[in-house]
Amino acid sequence: MSFAIDLPTIWAFIIAFAVFVYVVMDGFDLGLGILFPLFPKKEDRDVIMNSVAPVWDGNETWLVLGGGGLMAAFPLAYAVLMPALYTPMIAMLLGLVFRGVAFEFRWRTQSKRWDVAFAGGSLLATLAQGIALGAILQGIHVEGRHYAGGWWDWLTPFSVLTGVSLVIGYALLGATWLVMKTEGELRDKAYGLSWALLCAMLGAIGAVSIATPFLHVQYTHRWFAWPNIILTAPVPVAVAAVTVLLLRSLAKKYDYQPFFLSLALFALSYAGLGISMYPYIVPQSITIWQAASPENSQIFMLFGVAVLIPLILGYTAWAYWVFRGKVRPESGYH
Amino acid sequence: MFEGWDAVILARAQFAFTMSFHIVFPAFSIGLASYLAVLEALWLWTGREVFISLFNYWLKIFAVAFGMGVVSGIVMSYQFGTNWSAFSDKAGPVIGPLMAYEVLTAFFLEAGFLGVMLFGLERVGHRLHFIATLMVAIGTLISAFWILSANSWMQTPTGYAVNASGQFIAADWLKVIFNPSFPYRLVHMVLAAYLTTALVVGAVGAFHLLRDIHLAGARVMFSMAMWMATLVAPVQILAGDQHGLNTLEHQPVKIMAMEGHFQSHKDGAPLILFGLPNQAAGKVDYALEVPKLGSLILKHSPDAPLAGLDTVPRENWPPVPITFWSFRIMVGMGVLMLGLGLFSLWTRWRGTLYESRLLHVFALAMAPSGFIAVLAGWITTETGRQPFTVYGLLRTVDSASPLAPPAVASSLTAFVIVYFTVFAAGVIYLLRLMASPPHRGEEGPSSEVPARAAGITPAAGVAR
Repeated sequence: MSFAIDLPTIWAFIIAFAVFVYVVMDGFDLGLGILFPLFPKKEDRDVIMNSVAPVWDGNETWLVLGGGGLMAAFPLAYAVLMPALYTPMIAMLLGLVFRGVAFEFRWRTQSKRWDVAFAGGSLLATLAQGIALGAILQGIHVEGRHYAGGWWDWLTPFSVLTGVSLVIGYALLGATWLVMKTEGELRDKAYGLSWALLCAMLGAIGAVSIATPFLHVQYTHRWFAWPNIILTAPVPVAVAAVTVLLLRSLAKKYDYQPFFLSLALFALSYAGLGISMYPYIVPQSITIWQAASPENSQIFMLFGVAVLIPLILGYTAWAYWVFRGKVRPESGYH
Repeated sequence: MFEGWDAVILARAQFAFTMSFHIVFPAFSIGLASYLAVLEALWLWTGREVFISLFNYWLKIFAVAFGMGVVSGIVMSYQFGTNWSAFSDKAGPVIGPLMAYEVLTAFFLEAGFLGVMLFGLERVGHRLHFIATLMVAIGTLISAFWILSANSWMQTPTGYAVNASGQFIAADWLKVIFNPSFPYRLVHMVLAAYLTTALVVGAVGAFHLLRDIHLAGARVMFSMAMWMATLVAPVQILAGDQHGLNTLEHQPVKIMAMEGHFQSHKDGAPLILFGLPNQAAGKVDYALEVPKLGSLILKHSPDAPLAGLDTVPRENWPPVPITFWSFRIMVGMGVLMLGLGLFSLWTRWRGTLYESRLLHVFALAMAPSGFIAVLAGWITTETGRQPFTVYGLLRTVDSASPLAPPAVASSLTAFVIVYFTVFAAGVIYLLRLMASPPHRGEEGPSSEVPARAAGITPAAGVAR
């Protein structure tokens, strides 16, 4: 039965992968919305919107996979987390409505109201996602198979910290995306923003890393106890290394490196979260095995995932390729 | 505020509200995606300019409608968890995989090829672009397949077992997916989507023909739409009848509510045409009925006995007035569609399809009829299966999240405000696009988008 025991772990990685791809793909997309107020010129805004217009819908589909996949593979976790995160989830969904329709609506009117909707919706959705993350990390009150807390439990100084941190992080992804996709003054401005946002991002990573071990003794144990520290120590070391490379790429005004190194920073932070949480899916109350769907549900979907995810990544990559680059593709980074 | 309210009623209102707003967009985009694929195929095949002009004309409309469908759809995928967590826990192992397959096989396909379909004609060439359009159209149909399978399983659950934690689990996935009501519901809904689109396309064509009967684009789209109405409306009525018989077999209580049959009839039930169902008194007030016709339609025999709601415990009654009336609205719309189709066929035969103002006014007035029928049909089937979420097995009151009424009431209020402002604006933009006549050399959405990055930026983005 070792296979049956491993299945929830496989699915935990699949869901984590879907959420990470979402963060990678929609992060810069939302970041552009967060940065929108800093680019008041209409021509700049048109370029910014067009750099993601052909792909934003695909980016958000990963969020649907994250939600749908969680319901299918870990229904108990989905059933506990969603009511616990009720307000941030609703806020996120409404934010996504405002920013999503803006992609089409802003071409249909002279008014700037959909620019405001795009910026405001992106900020609201990001803040809500970050707060939801903090609320999950700080623990959720569960009794039996239900969420048993109030509808404001998610709001704490820690969850606000993670909310603000994610806004900074997505804005960094957005700024480095612009460095990669644009030219001229717009790109120069994006460079300047990348510097500032990188500094802020490092501060945010530091603050969250310091605050997390204080939430639960288990987190402290996970990170600092012997022999775990052999496995966990490389994470901050790698963060430092990526930071150095990122600073260098910004100093040398590279096109592609800043964006991909910022993604690496996200990947490391994300791995750090995984290390803190595993094997809990609702920290300190429900493990991935307790929340797992019956074996035959997970196996049924595993076939689909094994065949379809590579296919999806393939044609998504093709769509990005079709709309690739600036005007001079040879200036690329490989 | 809201302390005295019932959280379950509020959650149901929220689901009904967000779902009703959402379904309007897929109902339109399923049909429109197929129509666009047909237009592009005709263009590639015949090389006639009018087809690519129409393609580009409707592509701009599709982009706006599709965007609204996407954002209102994301809401749905999370609403199961936020408002119906007990349902998600219990039915998640069965429903969840069906929805996960919808995302994997349909949503990604649509989203992945949508960008190329909207902006990529010059970049990838005709052939690849047509494939992109085809993929989007196929994606919308695959999406319908999975979501209707999931809904149908909740109406007519088969192939399941219950585990120690009280969760439904799949005993046989094929029986779960191809549950008894699924084929009927799928056919009925896809035809409904095609009809809805045809009626909108026909109305837009009629609108422009009323101003200029020589407008080539308007003539082509009007003729195509009227063929669809002529051919699909009768098929849809037949499919609806079969779906009804399937419901009688598997959800007889829903049929009792649809027909207003409070009393059992031993020797032939009447068909109640109109009346005011009185749930409390258990009878239809002011009933206008045709004797024996109910049994004739449902049992194909005028004297066949039909059981009524008096055989069902009251706590299992669905809300009869809503089910009764929404069903009549749907059927009424279907009859009007049939009438439009036949009328257009007659004018076509007479050679006055493009001249008959009466037909054009009729077609224009029918613009919203598809949406009304889709909404009324869904209200019928969803209200008629109450008080259960998984029919006969899991009650609606046992499906909701443990939320305080103020939480649900606040989110409902927020959804109402946001949806009315955002989607009202969207509908205005759609109507504006439809109000401009299709002209020769119509350009697609990419023409309105200034060229990428450092390219030249034609200021076409504000042209309309």
